Amino acid sequence: MLDCGLDMTSTLNFLPLPLVQSPRLSNLPGWSLKDGNAFLDKELKECSGHVFVDSVPEFCLPETELIDLSTVDVILISNYHCMMALPYITEHTGFTGTVYATEPTVQIGRLLMEELVNFIERVPKAQSASLWKNKDIQRLLPSPLKDAVEVSTWRRCYTMQEVNSALSKIQLVGYSQKIELFGAVQVTPLSSGYALGSSNWIIQSHYEKVSYVSGSSLLTTHPQPMDQASLKNSDVLILTGLTQIPTANPDGMVGEFCSNLALTVRNGGNVLVPCYPSGVIYDLLECLYQYIDSAGLSSIPFYFISPVANSSLEFSQIFAEWLCHNKQTKVYLPEPPFPHAELIQTNKLKHYPSIHGDFSNDFRQPCVVFTGHPSLRFGDVVHFMELWGKSSLNTVIFTEPDFSYLEALAPYQPLAMKCIYCPIDTRLNFIQVSKLLKEVQPLHVVCPEQYTQPPPAQSHRMDLMIDCQPPAMSYRRAEVLALPFKRRYEKIEIMPELADSLVPMEIKPGVSLATVSAVLHTKDNKHVLQPPPRPAQPTGGKKRKRASDDIPDCKVLKPLLSGSIPVEQFVQTLEKHGFSDIKVEDTAKGHIVLLQEAETLIQIEEDSTHIICDNDEMLRVRLRDLVLKFLQKF
Amino acid sequence: MDPECSRLLPALCAVLADPRQPVADDTCLEKLLDWFTTVTEAGSSLLLLQENPCLVELLFHVLKSQDLSSRILSFSLRLAGIFAAQENCFQYLQQGELLPTLFGEAGPLGGAAWTAPTVRSGWVQGLRTLARHPSALRFLAARGAVDTIFSLQGDSSLFVASAAGQLLVHILDLAMRGTAEGRCGPQACDWPACAQKVVCHIEDSLCSTATPQVTQALNVLTTVFGHCHGLWTQGLWVRLSPLVARLLEKDPVPASHSLVDLLLSVARSSVLSSDHGLWETLAQTLSHLSPTQAGPLALGILELQDCPQALRTQAFGLLLQPLACVLEAAAQAPGPPGLLEGAAGDSMTVDTLLSSRSACVGLLCCALAHLGLLQPLPQRPSPWPQVPLLGAVVTVLRLCSGSAAPTSDVGGRLCAILVGCGRVQRAALDFLGALSQGTSPQELVTQVFSILLEYLMSPESSSMVLKKAFQATLRWLLRSPKSPGCCDLDPHTQLFLRELLPVLQKRLCSPCWEVRDSGLEFLTQMTRHWGGQAGFRQALLASEVPELTMQLLRDPESYVRASAVTATGQLSSWGLRATPASPERPGAEQESLLGELLRILSTDSEGFPRRAAMQVFTEWLRDGHADVAEDPERFVAGVLQAASRDLDWEVRAQGLELALVFLEQLLGQRGSRCPYAVGLPETAPPGMPAQALQVLCRVQLFEFAFRALFDCDRPVARKSCDLLLFLRAKAAPCGSPQEAGDSPTAASAEAMLQRWQAGEQGQPLGYLEPGAVVAVLRSVDLEGLRDTLAESSDHVEKSPQSLLQDMLAAVGVLGENEADCY
Repeated sequence: MLDCGLDMTSTLNFLPLPLVQSPRLSNLPGWSLKDGNAFLDKELKECSGHVFVDSVPEFCLPETELIDLSTVDVILISNYHCMMALPYITEHTGFTGTVYATEPTVQIGRLLMEELVNFIERVPKAQSASLWKNKDIQRLLPSPLKDAVEVSTWRRCYTMQEVNSALSKIQLVGYSQKIELFGAVQVTPLSSGYALGSSNWIIQSHYEKVSYVSGSSLLTTHPQPMDQASLKNSDVLILTGLTQIPTANPDGMVGEFCSNLALTVRNGGNVLVPCYPSGVIYDLLECLYQYIDSAGLSSIPFYFISPVANSSLEFSQIFAEWLCHNKQTKVYLPEPPFPHAELIQTNKLKHYPSIHGDFSNDFRQPCVVFTGHPSLRFGDVVHFMELWGKSSLNTVIFTEPDFSYLEALAPYQPLAMKCIYCPIDTRLNFIQVSKLLKEVQPLHVVCPEQYTQPPPAQSHRMDLMIDCQPPAMSYRRAEVLALPFKRRYEKIEIMPELADSLVPMEIKPGVSLATVSAVLHTKDNKHVLQPPPRPAQPTGGKKRKRASDDIPDCKVLKPLLSGSIPVEQFVQTLEKHGFSDIKVEDTAKGHIVLLQEAETLIQIEEDSTHIICDNDEMLRVRLRDLVLKFLQKF
Repeated sequence: MDPECSRLLPALCAVLADPRQPVADDTCLEKLLDWFTTVTEAGSSLLLLQENPCLVELLFHVLKSQDLSSRILSFSLRLAGIFAAQENCFQYLQQGELLPTLFGEAGPLGGAAWTAPTVRSGWVQGLRTLARHPSALRFLAARGAVDTIFSLQGDSSLFVASAAGQLLVHILDLAMRGTAEGRCGPQACDWPACAQKVVCHIEDSLCSTATPQVTQALNVLTTVFGHCHGLWTQGLWVRLSPLVARLLEKDPVPASHSLVDLLLSVARSSVLSSDHGLWETLAQTLSHLSPTQAGPLALGILELQDCPQALRTQAFGLLLQPLACVLEAAAQAPGPPGLLEGAAGDSMTVDTLLSSRSACVGLLCCALAHLGLLQPLPQRPSPWPQVPLLGAVVTVLRLCSGSAAPTSDVGGRLCAILVGCGRVQRAALDFLGALSQGTSPQELVTQVFSILLEYLMSPESSSMVLKKAFQATLRWLLRSPKSPGCCDLDPHTQLFLRELLPVLQKRLCSPCWEVRDSGLEFLTQMTRHWGGQAGFRQALLASEVPELTMQLLRDPESYVRASAVTATGQLSSWGLRATPASPERPGAEQESLLGELLRILSTDSEGFPRRAAMQVFTEWLRDGHADVAEDPERFVAGVLQAASRDLDWEVRAQGLELALVFLEQLLGQRGSRCPYAVGLPETAPPGMPAQALQVLCRVQLFEFAFRALFDCDRPVARKSCDLLLFLRAKAAPCGSPQEAGDSPTAASAEAMLQRWQAGEQGQPLGYLEPGAVVAVLRSVDLEGLRDTLAESSDHVEKSPQSLLQDMLAAVGVLGENEADCY
C-alpha cells in the first residue's frame, strides 16, 4: 500500500469547536427543511446561508471496500502528511503487516496526530449527529452536505492510544536503504525534497523497476534535495502529490505573505496564520527572520501556539542529516540549522501549547499568531477567528493549500477581518514535472486523472497538465489499473560448485553455452541451482525414507543441437546418399525439401526441422542422421 | 624626438631584443607603439631610423633571434609597419631586405612563432599600417601576402580573423583608389590585379558550400560598403549582387545574419542606395528568410530614409506578423479587419511561434523590441497602427499572465508556451510603455491600465517584470490628458490611482529589496510630475504610502534607503508628509524629516543614501523648502559640516553644489548664474555686500571650500577652486588686502591652509572674519592651483621619457629607480 493519507476536507462540513464558549456559535439557528420540518435542527445549524453539522468533526477514511486491508503486507509512507489515516488502518482492519517510513516522518507525523487528537479531545462535545447521514435525508440537504461522498464511512478522530499502537508498527528506514520484501522485491526510500524525511520509493526486482514519486520538491527549502538520479531507468513511474496550486509560485506567495503581514501590523492590526505545526512554518519563520528588521517589525511579537509547538521547533533542529546541505554545514559550526532558534532566544518568537496559561499573561497586540488547525474547525485558531474576526484591521493569511479558504471561513461569516490567500505549496508543478520526466525518462507514467487534463476552471491552460510521451496512464478513484509490464525473467543463482562443473562451448563468437543438470531450489522467492544429488548408494534399505530425501530422477539428457542447415549443401548430401528427384520449395519460415520418390518431406525452419515420412522409420533415421551432420551437438 | 628619449632608446632596444629580460607588461609595448605612431605622424620616419639606428638593429635582431617572446615579435612587426607607412622609409627598409624578411616566408610566417595568435595579429596589423602607398600594394602582391591574409580570415583567433578581413577591405580600397574613379565597371579586366585577386576570392567564397567561407566574404563586403564610398563600390555590387542573390536560393539561407548586415550596409551606402536591383534583392531576402532572421532586416529597411514604399510595407508587415498571429490566435471571435490584417495568418510565422518555447519567445521578443525601436522614429510607417498594436501587446501580456482564455488551438498552445515567461513580459511591458506616446481610444487605455494593475498586483511578477511594469505605468500615467478646463487629473486616472496606491503600498513592504526600490523610484517620479495635482495629493495622503516611505529610510538595503531619501525629499518638497501617527500607536510620533535626513548624512554607512540626502538638501535649498526657509543659514551650516567629514567624494562635491546654490541665493540676481565660468566677462557688478560675506563666514562655507580645495579627489578640488575664484572676484571690494592681511587671523589661516595642503587636515580652521577671508583668498594661488588641477593626474608620468624609464627600470637597467618599485 502506497501511503495512507486522511481526507480532512470532510471537517469543513462541521461547526468549529471553540476553546472558549462562543455565544455566536452556540446561538446559531437550527436548520429546517423547506416545508418547515425542523427534525434536523439539533444536528444542523445555519450560518450566513451555509449549513453545518453541529457535532464532533469526522474524517473521510481511505478506500476500504476495494481491498481487504488485512491482506496488505506493507505500507510505504512518503511523508508525514501521508500517514494521518494510519491508526484507522492498523487498528481497525486486521492489518498485520509492516509500515516503512523515515524517522523524521514518524516523529513529525506523531506530532501532527498528537495535535489533531489534542485539538479534538480537549473540547468534548456531548452531541453526536448521525441522522443527517441517512441517505434519504442527505439528499434533502443543501450543498455541499448533499454532495458529500460516503458519509457513512466518516469516522471520529482516533485516540492517542491508537496513534501509539499504529506508530509502533512502523519500521524506520534511511534514505537509499535497501529493504527486501519477502525476496520478491526490494524497496528503497529516496529523498523527495518536500519535507523533513519525505521520500519517494523505488520498488524493484532484478529486471523491473517501479518508482513511486509522491510529494516532491525541486525548490531549495530546508529538506535534503530531491534525489532524481536514482529514479532513472524506471519501467513505470507512479506520479502523485503534485502542487495543489499550480498557478501560484511559492516565492511570489512568500512575498505576498510578508507584504500583507507587514501592512497589517503597521496599521496596528493582528495577523493570524492558520498552519500545521511543521513544514512550511519553518520556511516562513526563516523568511520572517530575514524580513522583520527590514520591515521595521522587530518589536512585533510572533506567537506559535500548538500542543506540539515546542517539540516541532526542537525536532527540526536535531534532524541534521535530513536537512539541505547549507543547514547541515551549520550543525558543524556548531549553530542551530534553523534561525527560529535565534528568534526564540531574542524573544521575538514565543511558543505555547495553548492559549490558556502563560500565553494569556504574555499576549501583546499587535502580533502575529501561527496556530492550527488550517481547516479552522478546531484548535486555537478558532478562538482567534472569533476574537479578531470583527475588526478590519486584522488579517488572516492562509498559507496551507489543503483547504479551500472560502469554505474554511464560511462558519465565521460575516467577517470584517481581511483574508489573504497565499497558498505555499512547494511540491512539483507541471513545468518541473515535465523537466523531471525528461531527465528520468521512465517507460510509462501512471498518475491520477486530474493531472492529465487542465483544471476545469482553466480549461485553456494546456500548461497545467502532464505532457509526456507516451501519454501518461491515468486512474480515477477505485479504478483498477494493470501496470504495463510483465515479469518475464527471474534471477537464478548457481552454486559455486555447480558453476565449476560447467563446460561452456562457444557456438559463435562471444556466445558460449553449457548444459546444466541441477536442482532448482526455490524459497522466499529466491531461486538457486544446486548440484544434483549423487546417485543414491544402495544401503541396507532398513532406514526409513524421509520426505526430504526425495530426490528428483535425473535422466540422461540428450545432447542439444545448434546451428543451421544450408539447404544447397543438404540437397547435395542427399543426392550423394542416393536420393533423387529432390525438389526444394521456399516457404515463409524456411524451406521444404521434397523427396518425391520417397514420398517424404523435410521441413527446415529456423528453429525446427521436421521429417515427415510414412511409417518408414529406417528412412527417417537415415535422414535424421544426415540432418544432424550439419548441426553441432553439446 | 626629444634628446633624452633618443638617449634612452638604445638601452630600451637592447632590453627588447634580450630574451633574458622579458617585458612583463603588454601595455608598455602598446604605449610605445602609440608613441612611435605620434612621432612618425609628426615627422619623417626615415630620419627617425637614421638618427636612431638602434631601431633598425632591433628589427634585424628580431629576425635572427630564435628565442624571442611572441609579444616582442608581434611588437616588432607592428613597429615595422608604422615606419614603413611612409613610402620613402618603406623603400629604405626594402633595400635592407628587412620588410620582405619580416613579412615573408623567411620571417615568423614560416616559423614556429606563427602558432602564437599574437604574432599572426602583429603580422596583420603591421601590414595594415604599412599599406598606405602603391609600393606597399606591389609588395603585398609580389610576396603572396594576400593569400596568407585569405587563409587568416578563417583563423582560430577571432581577433586575427577579424583583422584579416579588415585588411582585405583596406587593400581593396587602396588598390581601387589608384584607379580613375568611376571607370571600374563590373568587368574583371577593368580592375587592378591586386583588387581583382581579392574580388575573385570573395566570389569564390560566396559560391562556396561552406557557411564559414560565405560568412567571411559577406563580412568583408559589409565592411567595404560600410566604409568605402568610392564609385567603384557600385561596380563591385553590380558584379557580386547576382552571387549574393543566389545565396537566397539555398535552403536554409547560409550566414543569414551576415547577409542581412551586408544588404543593410549596401542599402545605407550613399553610392548604391538608388540601385533598383538592390530593392528587389531586399524584398526577396525578406520573403526567403525565416521570420526570426528577417526581423533585423525589416527594421533596418524601415530605418532607411529613402526606400520604396512597397518594400517598406513588406518590411513592416513582417515585423507585425508575430503580433498579428497572437491577436488572431487569441481572438474570441473573428473581429473586424485591423491594420494588421494583411500580416496575419502567415503560416511560417505561426510555425515558428509554435515550434518551440525558445523560438516563440525569441521571435516575440525581437518583434516587440524592433517595433519599440521603430515607434519613436520620424520615418516610422504611417499610418502607425497604434490601436491593433496596443491590442496585441495587451494580449501578449494576458497570455503571459495566464489571464487570457483563447479558444483556438493556436491560442491554447501560445498560452501554454508564454505563461509566466519573464522575457516576453519584460519586452512587452517595454513596448507598452513606448506605445504611451500615441493616441489611443479610452476603452483600450482602460485595458492597458487594467493589465498594468494586474501585473503590479500579481505575486507571480518577478522584480524585473515589476520594475518594467512600474516604468510602463508611469509613462501611461504621465500621458493622461488633463480634464478640459481643469488642471487636475481626469476621472479615469483618478480611479486608477485609487487602485494603484494600495498596490504600491504592498510593494513597498515587499521582502525583495529590488521591488521596494522600484516602488520608491516610481513614487518619486509620480510625485515629481503630479505633486501639485489636487487629485493625486488627496489619494496619496489618504494612503499609507508617505508613512511607509518614511519607514524605508531605515531599510537595511542601502539602495532602498537612497531611493527612500529621494522619495521622501520629493514628497516633502510638495508638502506631502506622512499623516500624523494615530493616537492608537503611541511612540510613533512624526519625526522631523530634516533631522532624519541629517542623521542619514552623518551616520549612514553607505554612500548612496548620503549622496541622495545631499541631493535632496540641494533641491530643497534651491526650491525654498519650508523647513529650510525657516533658517537657511543654520541649515547650510549643518549640512556643510556633515558633508565636510564625509569619506565619499561625491557627497563632498555635492556639498560644493549646495554651497553654490546658497551663494546664488545670497547674492540674488546680482551674482552670475555660472560661477565656474570664471573666464566670462563680468557683466554683473562685481561687488558682494559685507553682510553676505559675513553670512558665508558664519555658515563656515569658506572652511568647507578651503578643505575641499586640497581634497585628495581632483573633481572636488577643481569644483572648490572654481567656487573660490568666483568668491574672490565677488569679495574683492570688501576690503584692501593689506588691511586684512595684517590681521593675525589671516596669517594663522594661511599657515593652516599650508598644513592642509601638506596633508594635515586634522585641525579646523575656526571662525574667520570676512577681512581675513578676503586676505586668504588673495594669498592663495588659486589660478596656479586651477591649472595644476586641470592637468590629468598622470600628466607627469605620461611622457614618453617616463615610459622609457619605467620600462628600463622594470627590468633593472636603471638602478637608481629600483626603489620606486616598492
